[in-house]
Amino acid sequence: MGVSILGLAWRSLMNRRVSAFLTVIAIALSVALFLGVEKARNAAKSGFDNTISGTELIVGAPSGQINLLLYSVFRLGNATAEISWRAYQEIDRREDVAWTVPVSLGDSHRGYRVLGTNIGYFEHYKYGQRQSLTFAEGQPFNDLFDAVIGADVARKLGYSIDTPLILTHGIGASGLTDHDDRPFRVAGILRPTGTPVDQTIHVSLEAITAIHVGWETGARNPLTDSITEEMIRSFDLTPRTITALFVGLENRATVLRTRRDINTNLSEPLLAIIPGQALAELWQVMGTAERVLLAISGFVIAVGLVSILTSILTSLNERRREMSILRATGARPGHIFALLIAEATVLGLVGAVLGAVLIQAIFAVAAPILSAQYGVALIGTGPGLVDLYTIAAVTLAALFLGIWPAITALRRSLSDGLTVKV
Amino acid sequence: MTAPIVRLTDLQFAWPGQPQLLDVRAFELAAKERLFLRGPSGSGKSTLLGLIAGVLESQSGRINVLDHDMSRLSGSRRDQIRADHLGVIFQMFNLVPYLSVVQNVVLPCRFSKRRMQETLQAGGAEAEAKRLLARLGLEDETLLARKVTELSVGQQQRVAAARALIGGPALIIADEPTSALDADSRDRFIELLSDEAKATGAALLFVSHDAGLAPLFDRALDLADINVHAMTMGAA
Repeated sequence: MGVSILGLAWRSLMNRRVSAFLTVIAIALSVALFLGVEKARNAAKSGFDNTISGTELIVGAPSGQINLLLYSVFRLGNATAEISWRAYQEIDRREDVAWTVPVSLGDSHRGYRVLGTNIGYFEHYKYGQRQSLTFAEGQPFNDLFDAVIGADVARKLGYSIDTPLILTHGIGASGLTDHDDRPFRVAGILRPTGTPVDQTIHVSLEAITAIHVGWETGARNPLTDSITEEMIRSFDLTPRTITALFVGLENRATVLRTRRDINTNLSEPLLAIIPGQALAELWQVMGTAERVLLAISGFVIAVGLVSILTSILTSLNERRREMSILRATGARPGHIFALLIAEATVLGLVGAVLGAVLIQAIFAVAAPILSAQYGVALIGTGPGLVDLYTIAAVTLAALFLGIWPAITALRRSLSDGLTVKV
Repeated sequence: MTAPIVRLTDLQFAWPGQPQLLDVRAFELAAKERLFLRGPSGSGKSTLLGLIAGVLESQSGRINVLDHDMSRLSGSRRDQIRADHLGVIFQMFNLVPYLSVVQNVVLPCRFSKRRMQETLQAGGAEAEAKRLLARLGLEDETLLARKVTELSVGQQQRVAAARALIGGPALIIADEPTSALDADSRDRFIELLSDEAKATGAALLFVSHDAGLAPLFDRALDLADINVHAMTMGAA
């Protein structure tokens, strides 16, 4: 049977398949880049938002809410000051508080942060959609010198249950400031969470106190060597200070009042923050960069679309003959117009769909690698509405761009008449 | 006596910014007539055909095609008349390079319902295309399967003839269709085209610079004889 205009457009493109293919590739790559940035951005945001959940307040020494969030949740930077054990106990005893988890930071092991806490941490700390930490192997710390390590720590350092480890005072490479007189052993390994927990070594608060016996000045007192492990175990190892505490409330509705109470506490200056709020503020800071990236990838799509124009416009000269044949066999100007619009649209559509498929393939290959190497989970990068919208937008843009060569061809076919004067 | 297929009255045409090219006082092509129109290159033959086909617009005068006054019709009406009633054959490069032989032949049916319907009694456009191709000596399936750009010029012209003939148009316009052919295939082509035009009842307006072809037609005319402008130019 006869061939429809779309069929004509398709065959015409196939007749120039090298040029058409390159144009489609340009569109596909630009769309893949755009969708990749957009999806990675959303994955980063949701991964970021999922770092902590179920905790109503985080309390620390007064600094800024982003600062407190960074060091208590993301293990980035250091606390400028500590809060007293007494202040912790006061908050813990409040009627509106359901649970508290104290944390103490400041030591490290081969670059991984050490977090002193209590057993409650494994029960109350939640991430993602209120998921609890679970153990891949072993159990929470039992003994004073037990450690529970995150999934990345275990994998990167090749540690398993009972591996001994030595903590380092402060953050840095091991060396002079090692707590090498008080070795720990791995008691438990957590399953991957995609949060900073994976890169954390958890020990008890008492252990933090114990390894710092004799370090009151900030460096090791040579006399500590004479203090045996048995002596340390007999000491009262209740910490005098902690770095921060996570708070769960009996009733979430009281969160603002509780926060105000803590912030206006007179006996000791404290800062209570709502994690969700602080995360949102932090994301705003980082958001500028990702918006710039998105804008750039948007421009790349524009470049891809221009390549459609280039490809069709340059083809028009050698196709004057074809246009006059079509006119002679009865094609109306509208047919010529529709043919060129259809060609541009087909290029845009095929390119955009290919780009969306390409980025899925890239994610499919990259996701296991990212998750294995960096513990980054690509959440929500599967096919979605954003792909459909992008394909629709690119196709529509190609259609509108097609008007230009369509008008050019139309004018020529009208002035050429039946014979082309070459 | 049936009305003429084409009648030109006081037709004048000039390309923009150029001197007068055509000034035809009177010209008629009767139904089913096979007319040879001779003229050297640049004499305005192709322009005249463009005017009759309704692709070009005259500055003044009347062009009647099948009783339609082309000079007073809109561009889209002229397009419709061309699609429905005219078959066109060019000097060369007649075929759309990305369509198959048969797809090229059925192209007019794509743009004209009337011609599509004409092919129905033959079993559809494709069957009619194959029948016409066979009548013109193109029936080898391997030949039909080839890319049109791989056909010889003679074969391409015969495909173009089949395309012009499909759906029974009233008028076939041929613009130097044989100038790229050698003498043997030229005469054979004209014979085939002429026979098929007769069979389908189409009038044939055949334009060429080669006066030697004139005996193969019902009537022969020199463009200079009908173009007043050319006569005055020639006199000067």
